[in-house]
Amino acid sequence: MRLKILDSGYTFGTKVLFALIQLASRRPVPDAAKLVFYRPDFYGDPMKKITQEAMRGPSQWSVGDRELMAAFVSKTNECEFCIGAHSATAIGAYHDEARVAAVMSNLETAPIEEQLRATLRMLQKLTREHSVEAADMRALLDAGVTRGQIEDALAVCFAFNTTNRLADAFGFFVPGPEGFESGAKHLLSRGYK
Amino acid sequence: MEKKPTAPQALATRVLEGDGRASRPERRAAFDNTTPTEPLRGLISKVANHPTRITEDDIAAVKASGLSEDQIFELVVCAAVGQAMRQYQNAIAALAVAIRGERA
Repeated sequence: MRLKILDSGYTFGTKVLFALIQLASRRPVPDAAKLVFYRPDFYGDPMKKITQEAMRGPSQWSVGDRELMAAFVSKTNECEFCIGAHSATAIGAYHDEARVAAVMSNLETAPIEEQLRATLRMLQKLTREHSVEAADMRALLDAGVTRGQIEDALAVCFAFNTTNRLADAFGFFVPGPEGFESGAKHLLSRGYK
Repeated sequence: MEKKPTAPQALATRVLEGDGRASRPERRAAFDNTTPTEPLRGLISKVANHPTRITEDDIAAVKASGLSEDQIFELVVCAAVGQAMRQYQNAIAALAVAIRGERA
């Protein structure tokens, strides 16, 4: 982490919690977790609430779909930490590594539902160009994506357009595949609370 | 308005208007990507537009200019939330226009 406070500036209670997490997972506490535990009233608590609602709240999208959106937005932003974390979580949620790999490699040829493909396409444009047009949304509605699904996808996109930037600005440590798998298990069993 | 579109707004309101170590005008400028002076301006602009290009040196330069780590933490958070918020609001507005067109 590029700020020392994000490595060591925690209250005694949080340090104890980190020690317990480390003991249970046998891995260092991921930098994404450290970020939301630092002065949580400023950013971590409201952000955890937003992310939990977007990723695990009621939605017509499955948990796998939303984790895939998170991974795909992260890929568009080239955020290495979040690509690894949310690809692993999407694979765990779907129990289908090939599906996630296909989308991450080529959205247009991946064997997925057309509504999901159209939604990912819109999220990619929004993330890359920072804006979309009414015609982009019209195309989604015409493809059968509901207003609620679009709003839910935009909530995921907001969460990860924020998190991707912070991961790169603060210099999150990027673990190997085992670290990402361990994190994915936690996110699938406990969510973002 | 439904509940979900307001959730990002609650975060924006907290980081901009709640207590903090950086001043509210500084946080607002970072959120809007209108920070006036270097080297902070360069860091905030990268957070908004090219986060993968941020280096140790960018952070070190801002520290050397006199800002504390807590102030940098807050201003970087504001810049990230601000850029994500602009994109989100743009998309919600585009969706509203598309839905109005559908009903017309």
